Amino acid sequence: MNDSAELDQSCFDYLLPSLGADMDEGRVVEWRVAVGDTVHRGDLMAVVETEKSDIDIEIWHDGVVEEFLVEIGELIDVGTPIIRLRHLEADGGAAETAGAPSSRPSRPAPPPAGAEASAAPPEVTVAPPDASVAPPEPTPIAGTDRRVPASPYARRLAAERGLDLATIEGTGPRGAVIGADVRRIATPPVASASTTAPERQRTPASMRALIAERMSRANREIPHYHLARDVDVGALDAWLAERNANRPITERVLPAACLIRAVALAAAKHREFNGAWVDDHAEPAESVNVAMAISLRRGGLVTPHVEAADRRSLDEVMERLNELVAAARSGTLRASWMTGSTITITHLGDTGADLVHGIISPPQLALVGFGRSRRRPWVIEDLVTIRPIVTATLAADHRATDGAAGSRFLATIAHHLEHPEDL
Amino acid sequence: MNTDASLPDAAGHPVVDTVAMILSAIADVAPELEPELADLDHDTDLWTELELDSMDHLAVMTRLATQSGRDIPERDYPRLTTVNELRDYLRASD
Repeated sequence: MNDSAELDQSCFDYLLPSLGADMDEGRVVEWRVAVGDTVHRGDLMAVVETEKSDIDIEIWHDGVVEEFLVEIGELIDVGTPIIRLRHLEADGGAAETAGAPSSRPSRPAPPPAGAEASAAPPEVTVAPPDASVAPPEPTPIAGTDRRVPASPYARRLAAERGLDLATIEGTGPRGAVIGADVRRIATPPVASASTTAPERQRTPASMRALIAERMSRANREIPHYHLARDVDVGALDAWLAERNANRPITERVLPAACLIRAVALAAAKHREFNGAWVDDHAEPAESVNVAMAISLRRGGLVTPHVEAADRRSLDEVMERLNELVAAARSGTLRASWMTGSTITITHLGDTGADLVHGIISPPQLALVGFGRSRRRPWVIEDLVTIRPIVTATLAADHRATDGAAGSRFLATIAHHLEHPEDL
Repeated sequence: MNTDASLPDAAGHPVVDTVAMILSAIADVAPELEPELADLDHDTDLWTELELDSMDHLAVMTRLATQSGRDIPERDYPRLTTVNELRDYLRASD
């Protein structure tokens, strides 16, 4: 899956990544590199405007910037090549081949069905699997062989549109079904023509519309079940207070980070709640990328994630959470924080309601909610006492799991919150 | 009494506009609130008034701690709810 072979051996194209399951298009609003720059894995390449916010996108390969393939402000489909780069290793012969325009159009226009055709799953094309970073797509554990060959993006599209992949003719590598094949069937050809798409601005209203669309889909397609469990957070509060008292303010940890750790540890144990619903089955993910719903004061919310939250320390999770919130509120989220979330937390905070019956963010399998902490009568060994109580809720996909498993998952989350020293 | 900008410091320390520092810390954390800050009642609970959550709270406190050069222990949070309380607290610690 390396599109550089289609060009020549010295160059490869960086494609507009999908920055969330709901993103079909976006526009480059700023280049963060210049032609001739040498870039390295993790470098910021451009700022992309989506309906939700402006997002810094990163590259996962080393290379030298050859040319920009799209204009600033141009509305383009996900998967459109936006930057051509030359491999660092191929320096020797690269100069001549890279300069020969005959084999490659200097600026491939994204045709209605061709945008994804050149690289159906943009994330997979630019980001080889790497355990140390968040996998852009939930990684299947097993069982891929018997299925129709298809890109993850195509699977998701087909699942979203209720189409059977086996009935779709694939035009990708080795006949694999790619996103363009699904879209060709699912929508009139003209519908996805980027050049005719209306100008849109990132307004609270458009974000509202986006949330409306996603939540409607979730409610329509996902048979939710909801569970709740009260958790005594007295030990957690005391432990945090003591821990924070001995630390400078920059190293203090908020309860929200503890919630992320508790859910991450539980999700690592109960894998059936961590991943995505694809086609007709759950695909548990290897990495536990816990997304946090962060509300924006101008309206709406974003859900960037802490990748591999089960394998980070509490301090590391807190540090990342600080970054995510600051980036969300200033509109500078990175692409790698937005793609590949495997489970989501919604935390109402201490001024919120007592509990939340959430709606799952498709194609994920579960959403964990936490209400405000409140002092409640609580029975410990036949004595009624007053304890700070948080109601944890689980919204889970009944196609993937049942209430008994959900209860065990919630119990594990509660256990971790009640034993904070292990977080 | 919404500003102490021109008040001299009794102990002879360099004069710092503490209120301006507080408001600018809030504006840093929540830029979209800036228009509201001019009219903010300095004796009202600013966290509730401005709907700042725990992450915002920590971010503002961190900025104030960094800029004033002193730590703000968590146990002091409950008595630091208004601009004037924050001002008195930060000035007292100069």
